[in-house]
Amino acid sequence: MRVVVEVTETRVETPSTITLRFPFEPSTEPGQFVMVWLPGDDELPMSLSYTEGPSKGVTIKAMGETSRRVLGLRAGAKVGIRGPYGNRFDLTPRRVLVVGGGSGTAVLAPAAERALAGGASVTVALGATRSDELLFRERLREAGARVEVATDDGSEGTRGYVTGLASALLEGEPFDAVWTCGPEVMMDKVARAAAPKGVPVFCSVERHMKCALGMCDACALGPYHVCVDGPVFPADRLETTPDFARFHRDPSGRRVPFGSAAPV
Amino acid sequence: MRIFGVPLRNPFLLASGIWGESGESLAGAWRAGAAGVITKSIGAEPRLGYPNPTIETYDAWGLLNAMGLPNPGMGEYPREIEIARRAGATVIGSVFAGDAPQFADLSARIEATGVVAVELNLSCPHAEGFGTEVGSEPADVERIVRAVVDRVHVPVIAKITPNTSDAAALAEAAERGGAAAISAINTVRGLAIDTTLRRPVLAHGLGGLSGAAIKPVGLACVWQVYRRVKIPVIGVGGIRTGTDALEYIMAGARALEVGTAITFDGIGVFARLNRELSERLDALGFSRVEDAVGVAHAPST
Repeated sequence: MRVVVEVTETRVETPSTITLRFPFEPSTEPGQFVMVWLPGDDELPMSLSYTEGPSKGVTIKAMGETSRRVLGLRAGAKVGIRGPYGNRFDLTPRRVLVVGGGSGTAVLAPAAERALAGGASVTVALGATRSDELLFRERLREAGARVEVATDDGSEGTRGYVTGLASALLEGEPFDAVWTCGPEVMMDKVARAAAPKGVPVFCSVERHMKCALGMCDACALGPYHVCVDGPVFPADRLETTPDFARFHRDPSGRRVPFGSAAPV
Repeated sequence: MRIFGVPLRNPFLLASGIWGESGESLAGAWRAGAAGVITKSIGAEPRLGYPNPTIETYDAWGLLNAMGLPNPGMGEYPREIEIARRAGATVIGSVFAGDAPQFADLSARIEATGVVAVELNLSCPHAEGFGTEVGSEPADVERIVRAVVDRVHVPVIAKITPNTSDAAALAEAAERGGAAAISAINTVRGLAIDTTLRRPVLAHGLGGLSGAAIKPVGLACVWQVYRRVKIPVIGVGGIRTGTDALEYIMAGARALEVGTAITFDGIGVFARLNRELSERLDALGFSRVEDAVGVAHAPST
């Protein structure tokens, strides 16, 4: 069922990322997503970055035309919300490594908060192109996570990709689970780094979506449909598909190699 | 059982447009118990479809969609069919086009992938220049079907629209053109409006309604078509239980297509439908599906 709500608050998180808060009563869990309709424009799947209470939130990075227009939204704007859809992170592991690449941290933050509130220890490997693009660094620290940073340009923390930081953390200490969200190529590297340690990795996958009901096949990924079988998948399942980290599908259903098509 | 010469392990087919963009999904529907899988309707070129929203959801009674015939195009799609066929699936290829020559050309190209039959989309209710727009006049339907039948060797199925005053006349035209079977029905044209925003919900405006809400419409079409053609009828529209299926069979359907039920029940719906239909047939003393086909037209007292 779709509801049309007014955005109650917008918050610029980084130069390219904005959070929208809106009233949405249904109970939601970390990992789930909603379909957000910008009337007259498009409807996009967005992972919930705030899942508790009557005010939910999404945090989105300006990538394509529509998401760039999201950056221009102000409080009072009307948006359509349907959902929540998809599965959730299993919050039972006690020692969690969270690996967030760019805006992927949006879906990881509420999971980390809930795990910390339940007494788990959470270490975050937070990556971005540069210091001012690090998403939810303070939020995660305030929740009690240990936050380690990697930036592509070295403007904060380790210089380089967050995958290198995550590998180092995995070498240094034991974890019961890794939760990651970011580009599939990044998550694939995280999974390969964790595999020799025997640490299970759970990836939140983003694919082009239309129905979000497991029907239209737009988000088909191997034998899975990201909208109903995911968006959170054990990495070992993703690794058995021919598509993960190699191909996505454009809105026509064509398989397109990563890096060769404009994002939505 | 067999229908138009093609062996089927049960009467339930995956309807076109559902789980049909990727070969792995088609294979998954086959493994879940579908007797055959009908591809997404494929056109000559890749087509993105309409922008979102493409779906309006209701409670359990239906779905309104205007996907806009997205498909990878006949150039790339054969590899998806190949994936499904390698998994052992019985594949029926669905095509859409704007005129008879292009229907014939696409049908020949999809036949070459090894499909057991071709289904012609003469009935999508929301795509300009395609579907209902080329499939609403009996003369057009006859011409298109004949052009395809002249080009391919596999059976040709005409999927007809309910958005017309006399769907059975379309079925008769398809039969005259040489069709081996009729699929009835495609979605029923519909609209949803958001009152707060004072605008249609779907980006395209008009869409097609599917699911339980249209079962009586589909049954009426199958009923009328069964009385006016000799070729087999495939029933589609709102089938979610074994009893729904048996209603269609008693109205005259020899096989069935299932789509929207998957959004409510998952792909496991095929196994459940088969179980429920078998139980219902047994309870009523029918030893085979074929024995129940059309029985509602001549009820015993």
